[in-house]
Amino acid sequence: MPALPVRLAFCLAAGLLALPAAAQTTIRLTYLEEARVATNPLANIEPVPDDLGRAGAELAISDNNTTGKFLQQRFELARIAVPTGASGADMLAKVQKSGAGFVVLNVSAGAIDRLMAQPAAGRYLWFNAGAPDDRLRQNQCRANLLHTLPGRAMQADALAQYLATRRWNKWFLVSGPRPEDQLYAAAVRRAAKRFGGRIVGEKVWKYGHDARRTAQGEVPVFTQVGDYDVLIVADESGDFGDYLSYRTWLPRPVAGTQGLVAGGWHAAAEQWGAVQLQNRFRQQSHRPMQPVDYAAWAAVRSVGEAASRTASGETAKLSAYIRGPEFQLAGFKGRTLSYRPWNGELRQPMMVAQPRSLVSLSPQDGFLHPRTDLDTLGFDAPEVKCPGH
Amino acid sequence: MPHPLSRLAALLLASFAASQAMAANVYVSNEKDHTLSVIDSSTLQVVKTLKVGKRPRGITLSKDGKSLFICASDDNTVQVMDLASGKITHNLPSGEDPEQFALAPDGKSLYIANENSNVVTIIDVASRRVTGQVDVGVEPEGMAVSPDGRWAVNTSETTNMVHWIDTATRKLVDSTLVDQRPRYARFSADGKLLWVSAEVGGTVSVIDVASRKRIKTISFAITGIPKDRIQPVGIRLTRDGRYAFVPLGPANHVAVIDAKTFQPVKYLLVGRRVWHAELSADEKQLWVTNGISNDVSVIDTAALKVLKSIPVGRYPWGVAVSGS
Repeated sequence: MPALPVRLAFCLAAGLLALPAAAQTTIRLTYLEEARVATNPLANIEPVPDDLGRAGAELAISDNNTTGKFLQQRFELARIAVPTGASGADMLAKVQKSGAGFVVLNVSAGAIDRLMAQPAAGRYLWFNAGAPDDRLRQNQCRANLLHTLPGRAMQADALAQYLATRRWNKWFLVSGPRPEDQLYAAAVRRAAKRFGGRIVGEKVWKYGHDARRTAQGEVPVFTQVGDYDVLIVADESGDFGDYLSYRTWLPRPVAGTQGLVAGGWHAAAEQWGAVQLQNRFRQQSHRPMQPVDYAAWAAVRSVGEAASRTASGETAKLSAYIRGPEFQLAGFKGRTLSYRPWNGELRQPMMVAQPRSLVSLSPQDGFLHPRTDLDTLGFDAPEVKCPGH
Repeated sequence: MPHPLSRLAALLLASFAASQAMAANVYVSNEKDHTLSVIDSSTLQVVKTLKVGKRPRGITLSKDGKSLFICASDDNTVQVMDLASGKITHNLPSGEDPEQFALAPDGKSLYIANENSNVVTIIDVASRRVTGQVDVGVEPEGMAVSPDGRWAVNTSETTNMVHWIDTATRKLVDSTLVDQRPRYARFSADGKLLWVSAEVGGTVSVIDVASRKRIKTISFAITGIPKDRIQPVGIRLTRDGRYAFVPLGPANHVAVIDAKTFQPVKYLLVGRRVWHAELSADEKQLWVTNGISNDVSVIDTAALKVLKSIPVGRYPWGVAVSGS
């Protein structure tokens, strides 16, 4: 491309350009990740990327810096990795050392509990980009803990609204034995009540973990539960969920944690400028962007957006702005995103998708809310009991 | 006294001449079909569909009206079409993923927003060469050149700014923060104001060019349409300074704004996801592209009424009208 040398020349020229020498502000962020407990997802065609989440934070830092250069703002990202089960004091000491005021967390809910129990945690603005646990959004929230990853309730509500528009109201719920599967199943039950779903059958999958060889024999028998419209599977670690489709006794679609899945992001999103974000991400990380990457991206971009709008780098000022009524983040989903003041969860449209294509975006038309229809997904203010919010 | 018949003939001739004078070609880029629809503005019929490069988006006429510049985004090029023959005569080097562009008033330089690479590329149309690139914010999109040719402005969708490029030095000298996802920029005919739409913010900012400060933020409200479905994109201003027309995306309406008071005065229902607009040379017609309903709507600007919707290809994006 002939343009490249020219571009280089202009970059150099831009560097020499005598702009008014305003003092540059540096805004520090830290990305903290906890080593994952190794699981063996049976669908082993897509291993969990090592940089899941971190890659999203890194892309957002570079987006922030492109913007920041026009405002004399510079964004720096420190990366901290801790072992599974690290103590709150250890994690906090590392965060303190990084000198950042904003921390993006890709850790378990337990690690968040341990961190928040540290008295000094109150000095930071924390973004939860990795733990979907509803308790952190319903009765154990914190004023300085925001959630860019949609909780299980938001996931289940988004899916339930879509099923309601299809009038697939009779659900057969199949959950795995792990605690997180049961939490997802609880969110599905809650969504059923809210959006007119009826759970006509419920079973726990106990056939051991490796269903690869035996699924064809077991699933048809396991799914003989009478009639239903859709099988909803709760299998967050991917132990068996991928083996249900096309093997059910009745020809029925599978949704939930496999099949038709609701999440904050999907690799097939292309509307509302999403193609640009997907392209930038792919160029940087050579893989598709996943929901946890998007959650980390949104967290870092929130800080960038607040810094542009307030022309400030002060943690307290930016934190107040992010949580305030003026804040808006453009997130490539056709709507502005903002944080719910009652529990700190990011208001956002949810992508309802099958593995290779986007099926719909929730909230669905017709689900109304006095404030914004985005608040029909997840916990609304009256359902939340959070001291300090 | 002339013969009554000759008078009738003269009348007929005059009306024929008038309709001839008014007849223009309207060009519409169809993003998903890789084609250009040509509409006769007097009959309101599609007369031709021409194949062009991949994912055509922004289109603009050359100053002499003989050729059309087409951003073929997925071919990473700007194509030049000879309108008499309907053939692509050559490509211009555009940089990566060109989406919108603006031709300088002298017709010599083309300023192209390269969405994927955060730069604005400047092309010399005659020699077909890149003469410069300027670094801007994330996802450059809207481009406009001031009527006096002094400023080239670019909007960056993720940085949420208007970047001011001095065309003499080709340097970025200032940036003005606007609302979320600025899509399009348009100077008033006198060059004193710059209008910028913010798609996700749902507003149009009016910026004073002399100070490069925002002086007014226009919001919209349409009964029965949620506020965040109102997503302004394209902008057209009448030369007399009376009206601004702003297509509102998924709100499926075009806002008519009093350009003196900056108040919306009317909303016109058009097709689905309306993005870009162009006025005819006499400013009696406004053409808008409805991306999802695969048609364009033509609006009578005197009556402020939608005359007709005309089916074109898939995802109509840009529109240009000969003579304007």
